[in-house]
Amino acid sequence: MAVIQVDRKPLSLAERTYIPQIVHGLKTTLKHFMAPNVTLEYPEQRPEIPTGYRGVPTLVKDPNGREKCVSCQLCEFVCPPKAIRITPGEISEHSDHAHVERAPQAFDIDMLRCIYCGLCQEVCPEEAIFLQTQYSMTGYTRAEMVNHKDRLYELGGTLPDDHFKWDKKKAAEDAAAHGGHH
Amino acid sequence: MDFSFYFDLPLWVRLLLQSTAVIAVLFPLAAACSMAERKISAWIQGRPGPNRTIPPMLAWIPVIAPLFQKLGLFQLAADGGKFVFKEDPIPGHVNKFYFVLAPILSMIPALTTIAVVPVGAYLNQAGAWIPIVLADVDVGLLAVFAVSSLGVYAIILAGWASNSKYPFLGSVRASAQLISYELSMTLSVLPVFLWVNAPGGSGTLSLFDVVQTQSQPGLWGGMWYVLLMPLSAFIFLVALFAETNRQPFDMPESESDLVGGFHTEYGAFKWSLFFVAEYCHMIVGSGVFVLLFLGGWNPLPWIPLETVVGWLHLTGHPLLIGVLAILIFMVKVLASIFFFMWVRWTLPRFRYDQVMKIGWQKLLPLSIANLIFYAIVIALIERR
Repeated sequence: MAVIQVDRKPLSLAERTYIPQIVHGLKTTLKHFMAPNVTLEYPEQRPEIPTGYRGVPTLVKDPNGREKCVSCQLCEFVCPPKAIRITPGEISEHSDHAHVERAPQAFDIDMLRCIYCGLCQEVCPEEAIFLQTQYSMTGYTRAEMVNHKDRLYELGGTLPDDHFKWDKKKAAEDAAAHGGHH
Repeated sequence: MDFSFYFDLPLWVRLLLQSTAVIAVLFPLAAACSMAERKISAWIQGRPGPNRTIPPMLAWIPVIAPLFQKLGLFQLAADGGKFVFKEDPIPGHVNKFYFVLAPILSMIPALTTIAVVPVGAYLNQAGAWIPIVLADVDVGLLAVFAVSSLGVYAIILAGWASNSKYPFLGSVRASAQLISYELSMTLSVLPVFLWVNAPGGSGTLSLFDVVQTQSQPGLWGGMWYVLLMPLSAFIFLVALFAETNRQPFDMPESESDLVGGFHTEYGAFKWSLFFVAEYCHMIVGSGVFVLLFLGGWNPLPWIPLETVVGWLHLTGHPLLIGVLAILIFMVKVLASIFFFMWVRWTLPRFRYDQVMKIGWQKLLPLSIANLIFYAIVIALIERR
Protein backbone atom coordinates (compact mmCIF):
# COMPACT_ATOMS: atom_id res chain seq x y z
CA MET A 1 0.00 0.00 0.00
CA ALA A 2 1.33 3.30 -1.05
CA VAL A 3 2.02 5.81 1.67
CA ILE A 4 0.26 9.05 0.91
CA GLN A 5 1.95 12.09 2.39
CA VAL A 6 -0.71 14.60 3.30
CA ASP A 7 0.64 18.10 3.55
CA ARG A 8 -0.64 20.01 6.49
CA LYS A 9 -2.35 23.13 5.25
CA PRO A 10 -0.63 26.29 6.48
CA LEU A 11 -2.77 28.22 8.95
CA SER A 12 -4.45 31.33 7.66
CA LEU A 13 -3.90 34.66 9.39
CA ALA A 14 -7.31 34.43 11.08
CA GLU A 15 -6.49 30.96 12.37
CA ARG A 16 -3.13 32.11 13.69
CA THR A 17 -4.80 34.77 15.83
CA TYR A 18 -6.84 31.95 17.46
CA ILE A 19 -9.83 34.31 17.55
CA PRO A 20 -12.29 32.63 15.14
CA GLN A 21 -11.65 29.29 16.84
CA ILE A 22 -12.08 30.82 20.29
CA VAL A 23 -15.36 32.44 19.26
CA HIS A 24 -16.52 29.16 17.80
CA GLY A 25 -15.58 27.36 21.01
CA LEU A 26 -17.39 29.93 23.12
CA LYS A 27 -20.48 29.43 20.98
CA THR A 28 -20.29 25.68 21.53
CA THR A 29 -19.94 25.97 25.29
CA LEU A 30 -22.75 28.53 25.44
CA LYS A 31 -24.98 26.07 23.64
CA HIS A 32 -24.17 23.45 26.25
CA PHE A 33 -24.61 26.02 29.02
CA MET A 34 -28.19 26.57 27.88
CA ALA A 35 -28.91 22.90 27.19
CA PRO A 36 -30.59 20.71 29.83
CA ASN A 37 -28.41 18.46 31.98
CA VAL A 38 -27.47 15.09 30.65
CA THR A 39 -26.78 13.48 34.02
CA LEU A 40 -29.14 11.65 36.37
CA GLU A 41 -29.35 12.68 40.00
CA TYR A 42 -28.68 9.14 41.03
CA PRO A 43 -30.41 7.99 44.17
CA GLU A 44 -33.60 9.84 43.22
CA GLN A 45 -33.44 9.21 39.50
CA ARG A 46 -32.57 5.68 38.44
CA PRO A 47 -31.23 4.69 35.06
CA GLU A 48 -33.45 2.66 32.77
CA ILE A 49 -32.06 -0.89 32.66
CA PRO A 50 -31.80 -2.21 29.12
CA THR A 51 -33.01 -5.71 28.27
CA GLY A 52 -30.27 -8.30 28.47
CA TYR A 53 -28.61 -6.43 31.34
CA ARG A 54 -26.53 -8.67 33.56
CA GLY A 55 -27.26 -7.65 37.12
CA VAL A 56 -27.06 -9.63 40.32
CA PRO A 57 -27.61 -13.37 39.73
CA THR A 58 -30.87 -14.58 41.27
CA LEU A 59 -32.87 -17.79 41.56
CA VAL A 60 -36.41 -17.84 40.21
CA LYS A 61 -39.56 -19.83 40.79
CA ASP A 62 -42.01 -20.94 38.14
CA PRO A 63 -45.59 -19.59 38.08
CA ASN A 64 -46.74 -22.50 40.26
CA GLY A 65 -44.34 -21.44 42.99
CA ARG A 66 -41.97 -24.34 42.50
CA GLU A 67 -38.32 -23.57 42.85
CA LYS A 68 -36.86 -24.35 39.49
CA CYS A 69 -33.35 -25.22 40.59
CA VAL A 70 -32.78 -28.96 40.78
CA SER A 71 -29.26 -28.57 42.24
CA CYS A 72 -27.52 -30.16 39.27
CA GLN A 73 -24.52 -27.97 40.22
CA LEU A 74 -23.65 -27.12 36.62
CA CYS A 75 -23.52 -23.46 37.53
CA GLU A 76 -21.24 -24.21 40.43
CA PHE A 77 -18.87 -26.04 38.11
CA VAL A 78 -18.95 -23.44 35.33
CA CYS A 79 -18.63 -20.41 37.60
CA PRO A 80 -15.19 -18.93 36.70
CA PRO A 81 -14.52 -17.20 40.04
CA LYS A 82 -16.10 -20.05 42.04
CA ALA A 83 -18.68 -17.77 43.56
CA ILE A 84 -21.47 -20.36 43.74
CA ARG A 85 -21.69 -23.04 46.42
CA ILE A 86 -24.60 -25.49 46.33
CA THR A 87 -25.53 -28.13 48.85
CA PRO A 88 -27.92 -30.52 47.04
CA GLY A 89 -30.99 -31.73 48.84
CA GLU A 90 -34.02 -33.99 48.34
CA ILE A 91 -37.63 -32.91 47.88
CA SER A 92 -39.77 -34.71 50.46
CA GLU A 93 -42.18 -37.36 49.16
CA HIS A 94 -45.19 -35.54 50.51
CA SER A 95 -44.55 -32.44 48.44
CA ASP A 96 -46.57 -31.64 45.32
CA HIS A 97 -43.32 -31.53 43.49
CA ALA A 98 -41.99 -34.85 44.71
CA HIS A 99 -41.53 -36.04 41.14
CA VAL A 100 -38.83 -33.38 40.60
CA GLU A 101 -36.88 -35.26 43.26
CA ARG A 102 -34.12 -32.76 43.97
CA ALA A 103 -33.81 -29.13 45.03
CA PRO A 104 -30.95 -27.21 46.61
CA GLN A 105 -30.74 -27.49 50.35
CA ALA A 106 -28.45 -24.45 50.41
CA PHE A 107 -27.51 -22.14 47.56
CA ASP A 108 -24.94 -19.42 48.25
CA ILE A 109 -23.59 -16.88 45.79
CA ASP A 110 -20.65 -14.90 47.11
CA MET A 111 -21.15 -11.47 45.56
CA LEU A 112 -17.60 -10.49 46.48
CA ARG A 113 -16.42 -13.14 44.02
CA CYS A 114 -19.13 -12.92 41.36
CA ILE A 115 -17.95 -11.29 38.14
CA TYR A 116 -21.43 -10.98 36.58
CA CYS A 117 -20.34 -13.03 33.55
CA GLY A 118 -23.69 -14.77 33.19
CA LEU A 119 -22.25 -18.23 32.52
CA CYS A 120 -24.47 -19.69 35.27
CA GLN A 121 -27.55 -18.39 33.50
CA GLU A 122 -26.29 -19.70 30.17
CA VAL A 123 -25.45 -23.17 31.48
CA CYS A 124 -28.58 -23.75 33.57
CA PRO A 125 -30.69 -26.57 32.01
CA GLU A 126 -33.68 -25.65 34.18
CA GLU A 127 -33.69 -21.89 33.45
CA ALA A 128 -33.56 -21.39 37.19
CA ILE A 129 -30.84 -18.78 37.57
CA PHE A 130 -31.03 -15.38 35.96
CA LEU A 131 -28.93 -12.24 36.02
CA GLN A 132 -31.66 -9.68 36.44
CA THR A 133 -31.83 -5.91 36.69
CA GLN A 134 -30.47 -5.27 40.17
CA TYR A 135 -27.12 -3.51 39.84
CA SER A 136 -26.31 -2.32 43.32
CA MET A 137 -25.08 -4.78 45.94
CA THR A 138 -23.80 -3.31 49.18
CA GLY A 139 -23.08 -4.55 52.63
CA TYR A 140 -21.12 -3.70 55.72
CA THR A 141 -19.50 -7.12 56.21
CA ARG A 142 -18.21 -9.90 54.03
CA ALA A 143 -20.93 -12.17 55.38
CA GLU A 144 -23.60 -9.72 54.25
CA MET A 145 -22.27 -9.90 50.72
CA VAL A 146 -23.06 -13.62 50.43
CA ASN A 147 -26.56 -14.15 49.04
CA HIS A 148 -28.19 -17.19 50.60
CA LYS A 149 -31.01 -19.15 49.07
CA ASP A 150 -33.84 -17.14 50.66
CA ARG A 151 -32.36 -13.87 49.52
CA LEU A 152 -31.75 -15.25 46.03
CA TYR A 153 -35.40 -16.22 45.67
CA GLU A 154 -36.50 -12.92 47.12
CA LEU A 155 -34.41 -11.07 44.54
CA GLY A 156 -35.41 -13.39 41.71
CA GLY A 157 -39.14 -13.66 42.20
CA THR A 158 -41.21 -15.53 39.67
CA LEU A 159 -40.55 -15.55 35.98
CA PRO A 160 -42.97 -16.84 33.31
CA ASP A 161 -42.26 -20.34 32.13
CA ASP A 162 -42.58 -21.46 28.51
CA HIS A 163 -42.19 -25.16 29.05
CA PHE A 164 -43.55 -26.50 32.37
CA LYS A 165 -41.20 -29.36 31.70
CA TRP A 166 -41.80 -31.17 34.99
CA ASP A 167 -45.57 -30.80 34.84
CA LYS A 168 -45.62 -32.29 31.37
CA LYS A 169 -43.40 -35.11 32.51
CA LYS A 170 -45.66 -35.86 35.43
CA ALA A 171 -48.77 -35.70 33.22
CA ALA A 172 -47.15 -38.11 30.76
CA GLU A 173 -46.21 -40.48 33.59
CA ASP A 174 -49.73 -40.33 35.00
CA ALA A 175 -51.21 -40.97 31.57
CA ALA A 176 -48.87 -43.91 31.10
CA ALA A 177 -49.83 -45.32 34.50
CA HIS A 178 -53.57 -44.96 33.83
CA GLY A 179 -53.83 -45.59 30.10
CA GLY A 180 -51.33 -48.35 29.99
CA HIS A 181 -49.54 -47.09 26.92
CA HIS A 182 -47.02 -44.39 26.34
CA MET B 1 -32.65 62.99 53.27
CA ASP B 2 -29.75 64.58 55.02
CA PHE B 3 -26.51 62.75 55.42
CA SER B 4 -24.58 65.52 57.09
CA PHE B 5 -24.35 63.49 60.30
CA TYR B 6 -22.25 61.00 58.39
CA PHE B 7 -20.00 63.61 56.88
CA ASP B 8 -19.59 65.18 60.32
CA LEU B 9 -17.90 62.02 61.59
CA PRO B 10 -14.12 62.16 61.84
CA LEU B 11 -12.41 61.19 58.61
CA TRP B 12 -10.75 58.08 60.04
CA VAL B 13 -14.06 56.71 61.30
CA ARG B 14 -15.63 57.23 57.90
CA LEU B 15 -12.71 55.59 56.11
CA LEU B 16 -12.80 52.69 58.54
CA LEU B 17 -16.52 52.18 57.96
CA GLN B 18 -16.19 52.50 54.21
CA SER B 19 -13.27 50.14 53.85
CA THR B 20 -14.93 47.59 56.12
CA ALA B 21 -18.00 47.79 53.93
CA VAL B 22 -15.95 47.30 50.77
CA ILE B 23 -14.08 44.31 52.21
CA ALA B 24 -17.33 42.89 53.57
CA VAL B 25 -18.63 42.86 50.01
CA LEU B 26 -15.45 41.95 48.14
CA PHE B 27 -14.36 39.02 50.31
CA PRO B 28 -17.66 37.07 50.22
CA LEU B 29 -18.05 37.95 46.55
CA ALA B 30 -14.66 36.42 45.84
CA ALA B 31 -15.67 33.33 47.79
CA ALA B 32 -18.99 33.18 45.96
CA CYS B 33 -17.05 33.29 42.70
CA SER B 34 -15.57 29.91 43.52
CA MET B 35 -19.07 28.47 43.75
CA ALA B 36 -20.09 30.30 40.58
CA GLU B 37 -17.08 28.75 38.90
CA ARG B 38 -18.18 25.27 39.94
CA LYS B 39 -21.76 25.87 38.88
CA ILE B 40 -20.82 27.37 35.52
CA SER B 41 -18.41 24.56 34.79
CA ALA B 42 -21.15 22.10 35.67
CA TRP B 43 -23.75 23.74 33.47
CA ILE B 44 -21.34 23.95 30.56
CA GLN B 45 -20.60 20.24 31.01
CA GLY B 46 -24.29 19.33 31.23
CA ARG B 47 -24.26 18.56 34.96
CA PRO B 48 -26.32 20.13 37.76
CA GLY B 49 -23.29 20.91 39.91
CA PRO B 50 -23.21 20.96 43.72
CA ASN B 51 -26.84 20.99 44.82
CA ARG B 52 -27.13 18.65 47.81
CA THR B 53 -25.88 20.37 50.93
CA ILE B 54 -28.51 21.81 53.22
CA PRO B 55 -28.24 22.30 56.98
CA PRO B 56 -31.10 20.39 58.62
CA MET B 57 -32.05 23.32 60.84
CA LEU B 58 -32.68 25.51 57.80
CA ALA B 59 -34.44 22.92 55.68
CA TRP B 60 -37.91 23.99 56.86
CA ILE B 61 -37.72 27.43 55.20
CA PRO B 62 -39.80 27.28 52.04
CA VAL B 63 -38.61 28.50 48.62
CA ILE B 64 -35.39 30.15 49.82
CA ALA B 65 -33.75 27.10 51.38
CA PRO B 66 -34.35 24.82 48.37
CA LEU B 67 -33.20 27.61 46.05
CA PHE B 68 -29.99 28.11 48.03
CA GLN B 69 -29.53 24.35 48.04
CA LYS B 70 -29.90 24.15 44.27
CA LEU B 71 -27.45 27.02 43.80
CA GLY B 72 -24.92 25.34 46.09
CA LEU B 73 -24.75 28.28 48.51
CA PHE B 74 -24.85 26.02 51.56
CA GLN B 75 -22.08 24.00 49.97
CA LEU B 76 -20.09 27.21 49.75
CA ALA B 77 -20.61 27.86 53.44
CA ALA B 78 -19.70 24.27 54.28
CA ASP B 79 -16.53 24.49 52.22
CA GLY B 80 -15.60 27.76 53.88
CA GLY B 81 -16.14 26.23 57.28
CA LYS B 82 -14.11 23.21 56.30
CA PHE B 83 -11.18 25.37 55.25
CA VAL B 84 -11.22 27.14 58.60
CA PHE B 85 -11.48 24.07 60.79
CA LYS B 86 -9.55 21.33 59.01
CA GLU B 87 -6.00 20.53 59.91
CA ASP B 88 -3.57 23.01 58.43
CA PRO B 89 -0.50 20.99 57.55
CA ILE B 90 2.95 22.54 57.18
CA PRO B 91 5.26 20.10 55.41
CA GLY B 92 8.60 19.43 57.07
CA HIS B 93 10.75 20.57 54.17
CA VAL B 94 9.43 24.11 53.78
CA ASN B 95 10.80 27.41 54.96
CA LYS B 96 8.18 27.89 57.61
CA PHE B 97 8.22 31.68 57.98
CA TYR B 98 7.89 32.50 54.29
CA PHE B 99 5.57 29.55 53.73
CA VAL B 100 3.08 31.07 56.17
CA LEU B 101 3.76 34.59 55.00
CA ALA B 102 2.98 33.93 51.32
CA PRO B 103 -0.80 33.46 51.53
CA ILE B 104 -1.10 36.49 53.81
CA LEU B 105 0.94 38.54 51.36
CA SER B 106 -1.27 37.39 48.52
CA MET B 107 -4.33 38.85 50.24
CA ILE B 108 -2.81 42.31 50.78
CA PRO B 109 -2.55 43.52 47.17
CA ALA B 110 -5.80 41.77 46.34
CA LEU B 111 -7.70 43.77 48.92
CA THR B 112 -5.66 46.97 48.50
CA THR B 113 -6.28 47.64 44.82
CA ILE B 114 -10.01 48.02 45.37
CA ALA B 115 -9.25 51.23 47.30
CA VAL B 116 -8.62 53.27 44.16
CA VAL B 117 -11.30 51.65 42.00
CA PRO B 118 -14.50 53.69 41.95
CA VAL B 119 -17.54 51.44 42.21
CA GLY B 120 -20.14 54.08 41.40
CA ALA B 121 -20.92 57.76 41.50
CA TYR B 122 -23.69 60.03 42.67
CA LEU B 123 -24.98 63.44 41.84
CA ASN B 124 -24.67 65.72 44.85
CA GLN B 125 -26.97 68.64 45.66
CA ALA B 126 -24.70 70.99 43.72
CA GLY B 127 -25.18 68.87 40.57
CA ALA B 128 -21.64 67.53 40.40
CA TRP B 129 -20.76 63.87 40.06
CA ILE B 130 -18.91 62.51 43.09
CA PRO B 131 -17.19 59.12 42.78
CA ILE B 132 -17.94 56.40 45.31
CA VAL B 133 -14.42 55.28 46.00
CA LEU B 134 -12.25 54.76 49.06
CA ALA B 135 -9.37 56.88 47.76
CA ASP B 136 -10.02 59.14 44.79
CA VAL B 137 -6.40 59.62 43.78
CA ASP B 138 -5.14 61.09 40.54
CA VAL B 139 -2.79 58.18 39.94
CA GLY B 140 -5.74 55.73 40.04
CA LEU B 141 -4.79 53.29 37.33
CA LEU B 142 -1.10 53.49 38.06
CA ALA B 143 -1.84 52.54 41.66
CA VAL B 144 -3.88 49.54 40.50
CA PHE B 145 -1.08 48.36 38.22
CA ALA B 146 1.59 48.94 40.82
CA VAL B 147 -0.17 47.19 43.68
CA SER B 148 -1.82 44.35 41.77
CA SER B 149 1.49 43.25 40.29
CA LEU B 150 2.76 42.83 43.84
CA GLY B 151 0.43 39.86 44.00
CA VAL B 152 2.93 37.81 42.04
CA TYR B 153 5.45 38.20 44.85
CA ALA B 154 3.18 36.08 47.03
CA ILE B 155 3.21 33.39 44.35
CA ILE B 156 6.98 33.56 43.97
CA LEU B 157 7.39 33.42 47.72
CA ALA B 158 4.99 30.48 47.98
CA GLY B 159 6.86 28.61 45.27
CA TRP B 160 10.25 29.30 46.77
CA ALA B 161 9.29 28.64 50.38
CA SER B 162 7.65 25.34 49.44
CA ASN B 163 11.15 24.03 48.67
CA SER B 164 9.82 21.58 46.13
CA LYS B 165 10.22 21.50 42.36
CA TYR B 166 6.68 21.88 41.09
CA PRO B 167 5.77 24.93 43.19
CA PHE B 168 9.11 26.43 42.23
CA LEU B 169 8.46 25.92 38.50
CA GLY B 170 5.00 27.37 38.95
CA SER B 171 6.30 30.49 40.61
CA VAL B 172 9.03 30.98 37.99
CA ARG B 173 6.38 30.77 35.32
CA ALA B 174 4.19 33.24 37.20
CA SER B 175 6.94 35.84 37.35
CA ALA B 176 7.90 35.39 33.68
CA GLN B 177 4.27 35.65 32.66
CA LEU B 178 3.67 38.76 34.73
CA ILE B 179 6.64 40.56 33.20
CA SER B 180 5.60 39.57 29.68
CA TYR B 181 2.02 40.70 29.92
CA GLU B 182 2.36 43.72 32.20
CA LEU B 183 4.05 45.55 29.31
CA SER B 184 1.28 45.02 26.78
CA MET B 185 -1.34 45.76 29.41
CA THR B 186 0.17 49.12 30.29
CA LEU B 187 0.74 50.01 26.64
CA SER B 188 -2.81 49.07 25.74
CA VAL B 189 -4.39 51.58 28.13
CA LEU B 190 -2.13 54.48 27.12
CA PRO B 191 -4.32 55.46 24.10
CA VAL B 192 -7.28 55.76 26.48
CA PHE B 193 -5.40 58.25 28.62
CA LEU B 194 -4.05 60.07 25.59
CA TRP B 195 -7.67 60.60 24.63
CA VAL B 196 -8.85 61.48 28.15
CA ASN B 197 -6.08 63.99 28.86
CA ALA B 198 -6.92 66.68 26.36
CA PRO B 199 -4.21 69.32 26.15
CA GLY B 200 -4.83 72.29 28.37
CA GLY B 201 -6.49 70.35 31.17
CA SER B 202 -4.64 68.95 34.14
CA GLY B 203 -3.35 65.47 33.49
CA THR B 204 -5.03 62.58 35.24
CA LEU B 205 -4.86 58.82 35.51
CA SER B 206 -8.00 58.65 37.62
CA LEU B 207 -10.45 55.93 36.66
CA PHE B 208 -13.33 58.20 37.63
CA ASP B 209 -12.30 60.71 34.98
CA VAL B 210 -12.16 57.95 32.39
CA VAL B 211 -15.78 57.10 33.12
CA GLN B 212 -16.75 60.76 33.07
CA THR B 213 -15.35 61.14 29.55
CA GLN B 214 -17.49 58.20 28.49
CA SER B 215 -20.67 59.79 29.87
CA GLN B 216 -20.70 62.98 27.84
CA PRO B 217 -23.44 63.82 25.36
CA GLY B 218 -22.88 63.48 21.65
CA LEU B 219 -21.63 60.74 19.34
CA TRP B 220 -18.03 60.82 20.56
CA GLY B 221 -18.78 61.70 24.17
CA GLY B 222 -21.16 58.85 24.84
CA MET B 223 -19.11 56.26 23.04
CA TRP B 224 -17.54 53.62 25.26
CA TYR B 225 -13.84 53.11 24.68
CA VAL B 226 -14.40 49.51 23.71
CA LEU B 227 -16.04 50.89 20.55
CA LEU B 228 -13.50 53.66 20.09
CA MET B 229 -10.45 51.49 20.75
CA PRO B 230 -11.45 47.85 20.30
CA LEU B 231 -7.88 46.68 19.86
CA SER B 232 -6.82 48.29 23.13
CA ALA B 233 -9.73 46.63 24.87
CA PHE B 234 -8.82 43.29 23.36
CA ILE B 235 -5.15 43.51 24.34
CA PHE B 236 -6.08 44.66 27.82
CA LEU B 237 -8.50 41.76 28.22
CA VAL B 238 -5.99 39.16 27.06
CA ALA B 239 -3.32 40.63 29.33
CA LEU B 240 -5.85 40.65 32.17
CA PHE B 241 -6.44 36.94 31.68
CA ALA B 242 -2.69 36.40 31.88
CA GLU B 243 -2.23 38.73 34.87
CA THR B 244 -4.93 37.04 36.90
CA ASN B 245 -3.54 33.62 35.96
CA ARG B 246 -6.77 32.50 34.41
CA GLN B 247 -7.22 29.90 31.72
CA PRO B 248 -5.90 29.75 29.05
CA PHE B 249 -2.94 31.39 30.80
CA ASP B 250 -2.90 29.62 34.16
CA MET B 251 0.74 28.65 33.87
CA PRO B 252 1.58 28.98 37.59
CA GLU B 253 -1.07 26.39 38.40
CA SER B 254 -1.30 24.15 35.33
CA GLU B 255 -2.32 21.09 37.31
CA SER B 256 -1.71 18.72 34.42
CA ASP B 257 2.05 19.27 34.34
CA LEU B 258 2.84 20.90 37.71
CA VAL B 259 0.55 18.93 40.08
CA GLY B 260 -0.91 22.09 41.63
CA GLY B 261 1.71 24.65 40.69
CA PHE B 262 2.67 27.17 43.32
CA HIS B 263 0.12 25.91 45.85
CA THR B 264 1.03 22.22 45.63
CA GLU B 265 2.25 22.15 49.24
CA TYR B 266 -0.59 24.24 50.63
CA GLY B 267 -3.79 23.05 52.21
CA ALA B 268 -6.76 24.20 54.23
CA PHE B 269 -7.07 27.87 55.07
CA LYS B 270 -3.82 29.00 53.49
CA TRP B 271 -4.83 27.42 50.21
CA SER B 272 -8.21 29.11 50.32
CA LEU B 273 -6.53 32.48 50.92
CA PHE B 274 -4.66 32.08 47.63
CA PHE B 275 -7.93 31.41 45.90
CA VAL B 276 -9.84 34.25 47.45
CA ALA B 277 -6.92 36.48 46.44
CA GLU B 278 -7.07 35.19 42.89
CA TYR B 279 -10.78 35.88 42.66
CA CYS B 280 -10.30 39.32 44.22
CA HIS B 281 -7.78 40.08 41.51
CA MET B 282 -10.31 38.91 38.98
CA ILE B 283 -13.04 41.11 40.41
CA VAL B 284 -10.82 44.18 40.61
CA GLY B 285 -9.39 43.47 37.15
CA SER B 286 -12.89 43.13 35.72
CA GLY B 287 -13.83 46.35 37.50
CA VAL B 288 -10.92 48.20 35.92
CA PHE B 289 -11.81 46.78 32.52
CA VAL B 290 -15.42 47.89 32.93
CA LEU B 291 -14.33 51.38 34.00
CA LEU B 292 -11.83 51.80 31.19
CA PHE B 293 -13.66 50.29 28.27
CA LEU B 294 -17.26 49.49 29.17
CA GLY B 295 -18.43 52.85 30.45
CA GLY B 296 -18.32 52.13 34.17
CA TRP B 297 -21.75 52.79 35.69
CA ASN B 298 -23.35 54.02 32.47
CA PRO B 299 -26.05 51.54 31.52
CA LEU B 300 -25.56 51.64 27.74
CA PRO B 301 -23.33 53.45 25.27
CA TRP B 302 -24.78 56.87 24.47
CA ILE B 303 -27.17 56.54 27.41
CA PRO B 304 -25.18 57.88 30.36
CA LEU B 305 -26.39 57.43 33.92
CA GLU B 306 -27.34 61.10 34.03
CA THR B 307 -30.00 60.54 31.35
CA VAL B 308 -31.42 57.56 33.22
CA VAL B 309 -31.48 59.58 36.43
CA GLY B 310 -33.45 62.23 34.55
CA TRP B 311 -35.94 59.61 33.29
CA LEU B 312 -36.46 58.16 36.76
CA HIS B 313 -36.69 61.63 38.39
CA LEU B 314 -33.99 60.70 40.88
CA THR B 315 -32.24 64.07 40.81
CA GLY B 316 -31.88 65.19 44.38
CA HIS B 317 -31.69 61.64 45.78
CA PRO B 318 -27.95 61.07 45.93
CA LEU B 319 -28.39 57.81 47.84
CA LEU B 320 -30.64 56.26 45.20
CA ILE B 321 -28.40 57.45 42.38
CA GLY B 322 -25.41 55.95 44.17
CA VAL B 323 -27.17 52.61 44.66
CA LEU B 324 -28.25 52.57 41.01
CA ALA B 325 -24.70 53.33 39.86
CA ILE B 326 -23.24 50.59 42.05
CA LEU B 327 -25.84 48.10 40.82
CA ILE B 328 -25.13 48.82 37.17
CA PHE B 329 -21.41 48.59 37.82
CA MET B 330 -21.80 45.30 39.69
CA VAL B 331 -23.90 43.77 36.92
CA LYS B 332 -21.16 44.62 34.42
CA VAL B 333 -18.42 43.26 36.66
CA LEU B 334 -20.33 40.04 37.27
CA ALA B 335 -20.98 39.66 33.54
CA SER B 336 -17.28 40.10 32.95
CA ILE B 337 -16.48 37.48 35.60
CA PHE B 338 -18.93 35.15 33.90
CA PHE B 339 -16.98 35.75 30.71
CA PHE B 340 -13.75 34.80 32.52
CA MET B 341 -15.31 31.52 33.64
CA TRP B 342 -16.93 30.88 30.30
CA VAL B 343 -13.52 31.19 28.63
CA ARG B 344 -11.94 28.99 31.27
CA TRP B 345 -14.30 26.12 30.53
CA THR B 346 -13.95 26.57 26.78
CA LEU B 347 -10.25 26.83 26.04
CA PRO B 348 -7.44 24.41 26.74
CA ARG B 349 -4.34 25.78 28.42
CA PHE B 350 -1.65 27.27 26.19
CA ARG B 351 1.74 25.64 26.26
CA TYR B 352 4.34 27.65 28.15
CA ASP B 353 6.29 28.51 24.99
CA GLN B 354 3.04 29.61 23.33
CA VAL B 355 2.32 31.89 26.27
CA MET B 356 5.73 33.52 25.94
CA LYS B 357 5.36 33.76 22.15
CA ILE B 358 1.96 35.38 22.36
CA GLY B 359 3.16 37.81 25.00
CA TRP B 360 6.38 38.98 23.41
CA GLN B 361 5.97 38.36 19.70
CA LYS B 362 2.31 39.14 19.21
CA LEU B 363 0.72 41.21 21.94
CA LEU B 364 3.67 43.52 22.62
CA PRO B 365 4.24 44.60 18.97
CA LEU B 366 0.49 44.82 18.54
CA SER B 367 0.10 47.09 21.54
CA ILE B 368 3.00 49.30 20.45
CA ALA B 369 1.49 49.61 16.96
CA ASN B 370 -1.86 50.35 18.55
CA LEU B 371 -0.32 53.08 20.70
CA ILE B 372 1.46 54.68 17.75
CA PHE B 373 -1.68 54.54 15.62
CA TYR B 374 -3.85 56.20 18.25
CA ALA B 375 -1.14 58.70 19.13
CA ILE B 376 -1.06 59.85 15.50
CA VAL B 377 -4.84 59.89 15.17
CA ILE B 378 -5.32 61.80 18.41
CA ALA B 379 -2.57 64.25 17.45
CA LEU B 380 -4.32 64.91 14.13
CA ILE B 381 -7.69 65.41 15.80
CA GLU B 382 -6.36 67.68 18.52
CA ARG B 383 -4.51 69.82 15.99
CA ARG B 384 -7.69 71.28 14.50
